[in-house]
Amino acid sequence: MSVGHTLLGLLEHGPRHGYDLKRAYDEHFGQDRPLHYGQVYATLSRLLKNGLIEESGVEQGGGPDRKRYAVTAEGVTDVERWLSTPEKPALYLQSTLYTKVVIALMSARDAEDVLDSQRAAHLDTMRELTARKARGDLSDQLICDHALFHLEADLRWLELTAARLTELRKQVRP
Amino acid sequence: MTNAILAADAVVKSFGPTKALDGASMSVRPGEVVAVMGPSGSGKSTLLHCLAGIIKPDRGRVIYDGRDLGAMPDVPRSALRRTEFGFVFQFGQLVPELTCVENVALPLRLGGRKRRDAEAKAREWLTRLEVDDVAPKRPGEVSGGQGQRVAVARALVTAPKVIFADEPTGALDSLNGEHVMRLLTEAAKESGAAVILVTHEARVAAYSDREVVVRDGRTREVAFA
Ligand SMILES: Nc1ncnc2c1ncn2[C@@H]1O[C@H](COP(=O)(O)OP(=O)(O)O)[C@@H](O)[C@H]1O
Ligand SMILES: [Mg+2]
Repeated sequence: MSVGHTLLGLLEHGPRHGYDLKRAYDEHFGQDRPLHYGQVYATLSRLLKNGLIEESGVEQGGGPDRKRYAVTAEGVTDVERWLSTPEKPALYLQSTLYTKVVIALMSARDAEDVLDSQRAAHLDTMRELTARKARGDLSDQLICDHALFHLEADLRWLELTAARLTELRKQVRP
Repeated sequence: MTNAILAADAVVKSFGPTKALDGASMSVRPGEVVAVMGPSGSGKSTLLHCLAGIIKPDRGRVIYDGRDLGAMPDVPRSALRRTEFGFVFQFGQLVPELTCVENVALPLRLGGRKRRDAEAKAREWLTRLEVDDVAPKRPGEVSGGQGQRVAVARALVTAPKVIFADEPTGALDSLNGEHVMRLLTEAAKESGAAVILVTHEARVAAYSDREVVVRDGRTREVAFA
């Protein structure tokens, strides 16, 4: 999750204080991990340094908390570039699992156990997400569904690999 | 497993030369939702049919509430199926000539309940499953998702101890499938019924409390910490 881009996107609605930004971020995106103040201010100072935001007035009372920030034209361009660039599909989990299966087969351990315990762990997470979905609002549902579809894809890979273990064993232990 | 209401113990079942089950064991506690997962052809439906007393195992035992289903004569065994078990299949389970409310009332009518009484109860279940509006329609006039919710209502109307659901969302899109699963598991929990849920889809299995995996006719039950 790019916190910088998300804050820029939130600032497109109008100038805000750091505190307001944190609140807006947590409300929409912070279900799993609310932002720390330190993270908000560190990100804002980086955006400021790169010219993506600017200060837009200080209220009476002073202090860093009272500064308002506005997105600049460069900031808007940056949000647009972020939105139009697809994320790199994450492939690392499959490759870790693949490595575990091959190592298990090489050492004549039970590779099916590796797959089964992973499946159990995946399904447990899917159960938690499903329960959370039932309690949550539409945005909870959409966020949980995204995770659920990803976990389901992993599980299909686990099933397929389980069906091919004999074949794979022959390859890694000729 | 202790406190099981229903258990299969080392069940073997062949169809001609095909060994559909080759030592399958699993159990369900009262009110528990257990998913039976596994690839197509692995023996899931055969296991469900054995557990429900629809087919007799060649070897092994199925114990329901302390009784050996395999040793039971046909008449009491089918009476038990009618009163203690409920069934939801992928499709084709509703009687096309009857309205939805009549379909849901049918198991009660077969048990000797008066029409008015049975249909009033059926309506309560249709409301619980959020399909009270389809009560006067015939199954052919409702959507797939509505039809499955009517089928769930029919499975629950007799207050069974165990619901057998074989790919209950198999013919539905994800959104309708999830809706059916949520209503099925919530309603079963409320009425204290155990559910045996056969599915090859992980997102459907995620509505269960626990899963049993079938591969080549054998079960691998995963113990949880
Ligand atoms: N009535 C039957 N007659 C012959 N073969 C059957 C019958 N029922 C199931 N089988 C065979 O038994 C195996 C297991 O089938 P089934 O239990 O339906 O699997 P699943 O539900 O997991 O897809 C398959 O090879 C299937 O072809
Ligand atoms: Mg089947």
